[in-house]
Amino acid sequence: MTLTIHDLRKEPGSYLPGSAACPGCGATLAFRIASRVLGPNTVYVVPASCFSVIQSPFPKSAISAPLYNIAFPAAAATASGVYRAYKMLGKDVNVVVWAGDGGTVDIGIQALSGAAERGENILYVCYDNEAYMNTGIQRSGATPLLAWTKTTPSGKREMPKDMPMIVAAHRVPYVATASVGYPFDLANKFEKAKKIKGFKYIHIFSTCPPGWNSPVSKTAEVAKLAVDTYFWPLYEIENGKLRITVKPKKRPLREFLELQDRFRGLTEREIEELEKIVMEKWNFLLHLEKSERVF
Amino acid sequence: MGPEGTWEIITGNHAAAIAAKLARVKVVPAYPITPQTTIVEYIASFIDSGQMEAEYIRVESEHSAMAAAIGASAAGVRAFTATASQGLLLMSEVLHWAAGSRLPIGMAVVNRAVGPPWNIHVDHQDAMSQRDTGWLQVYVSSNQEVLDTILMMYKVAENPDVLLPFMVCLDGFVLSHTYMPVNIPRQEDVAEFLPEYSPSHWKLDPNDPITFGNLALPDEYQEMRWSMDLSMRRALDLIEDVSEEFFQKFGRYHGGATWKYKVEDSDYVIVTAGTMASEAEVAVDELRDEGMRVGLLKVRSFRPFPHRDMAEVLQDRRGVVVIDRSIAFSSGGPLGIEIRSSLYNRSGSPPIANYVTGLGGRDVTYRDIVAMAKDGIGRIMSDRLRRPYYWFKLKPEYERIELSEEVRM
Repeated sequence: MTLTIHDLRKEPGSYLPGSAACPGCGATLAFRIASRVLGPNTVYVVPASCFSVIQSPFPKSAISAPLYNIAFPAAAATASGVYRAYKMLGKDVNVVVWAGDGGTVDIGIQALSGAAERGENILYVCYDNEAYMNTGIQRSGATPLLAWTKTTPSGKREMPKDMPMIVAAHRVPYVATASVGYPFDLANKFEKAKKIKGFKYIHIFSTCPPGWNSPVSKTAEVAKLAVDTYFWPLYEIENGKLRITVKPKKRPLREFLELQDRFRGLTEREIEELEKIVMEKWNFLLHLEKSERVF
Repeated sequence: MGPEGTWEIITGNHAAAIAAKLARVKVVPAYPITPQTTIVEYIASFIDSGQMEAEYIRVESEHSAMAAAIGASAAGVRAFTATASQGLLLMSEVLHWAAGSRLPIGMAVVNRAVGPPWNIHVDHQDAMSQRDTGWLQVYVSSNQEVLDTILMMYKVAENPDVLLPFMVCLDGFVLSHTYMPVNIPRQEDVAEFLPEYSPSHWKLDPNDPITFGNLALPDEYQEMRWSMDLSMRRALDLIEDVSEEFFQKFGRYHGGATWKYKVEDSDYVIVTAGTMASEAEVAVDELRDEGMRVGLLKVRSFRPFPHRDMAEVLQDRRGVVVIDRSIAFSSGGPLGIEIRSSLYNRSGSPPIANYVTGLGGRDVTYRDIVAMAKDGIGRIMSDRLRRPYYWFKLKPEYERIELSEEVRM
């Protein structure tokens, strides 16, 4: 069964009005949708990230579900402890890590890898705004090639880590990419992950208007273009089998790049290079889709 | 006298593992490190063989071990782990997090030197370096004391007036791998003494949702740290009460925050912690045989620090000899530093000779303690106490350099 807007509207979600998020924040959009699907029987573990601030300062909270803040590298391990305790208590609760890209692909990768390898029954969500945004736009292991950040003032020289594939290589039962530009695809991936036992991973492309200098009114549009230009393909790997969940008609990468200042000043040759990388990845995914198992 | 248990000849690590089992710990995140490893091995075998009902998490680091213990405790169950040395240092960030979250996690710390160079032998540098994390810290000196103290400290830590995590510190190899007779109390007696953990302050519960640990601004934060300090101070009396209650039930008493040996009529008092305190008991007897009125004050609880005991026992003595197994570089031994702060500002505060020794497993026997006591007493009597602290048992060529260094007190 596929979730529609009617299903999502029935659930209040765990995101209350009046948070400390920036205007146009993609991460909150993702949380609003995800928490509606996950429902109130959910506990969130949040490492240092924008979401540490978004939930708003003590004694207030913009999150109506139980939420535990933990140190930067530790989210997956803490969630493992929460899950095991509930297991001992005989409680069936969704245990969810809600982390940024720094807390996932860089400082938190060890704990994440450990929890994935152990097969902890948790859902790990990375909302990816492609840099350390909470500290003010420094490059992370998820920052795209050539993107401007404050620590890559002339553009990042390295490729980002392919985190969903890294997690999939742990042979966990479910890995998916998502984008806040495709809310129903995102919602349905949470719906699926919620029902699977074991380690689940969802990596969400989350527009960051202050970090990318994109218009606050175009968060969804930027995130949609990321998918439509094949910059951020949407797929899922279920029990090793890869499926591309959205196959849009390809649009020129330039349309996506032009909406954000972080790619301003790229030469024609650089844009061509990025376009080539994007197509290589897309064709690779099409190839993987034909395999019985990718991992 | 309390009810009978069974006698076994076991290592300190085995005693720690049995204590976790008797405490009916529900989650044990485990990561190996010498000389702690056999604790988590014993627990693995207890769970595997069905003797212990708990979740065992084979984490990939000590940072994750503590983070998982935090998650389990936050979800409302009793959690236990064990570590040593580098492992404790890697945990440091999350040690603060556990205490700040007011989670009464239990941990055995098998004291071991810190690298470089690699050294797996005993000193207290690892635990002492984590003394301000908000954890209760108790140092023990026998395998029986390991077992009993873990049970007692869960009771202290989980008290609503405390709600702080605790570490029971046992000396690497000297206790961890040394066999001693230990009385194992009966499970039903332990269950009476230490009921199931049921957090009254907060837990992660979808039926009663709260957000924990979000941003606190300067007008909120300081009181949170004050409340931790207050709880830690309140734990002092509780340690005394729980030790007494344990004695009533099981017939064993290891002291409260401190253990006193022949101090009543003492002119001089030796203060130390861990297994050096057992050696010091023998040293006290030797010194008394020679006609010197010397007693021993063993520090069990370093956090909370028993300032009151220090003042009561040490005030108006002729002198105090404090022996540390770690170094606060350029400042002294941590015990020596704390005891000075207990006694300063008081009339009749005695001179203190502080010795730093036994690092990286260098053996400290009762003879060494006799020698330090005589050196310290001699300096105090002849007014030659010129340094805030002295190194003891350096090799002679290093000792010469040390003594030629000018030190201004």
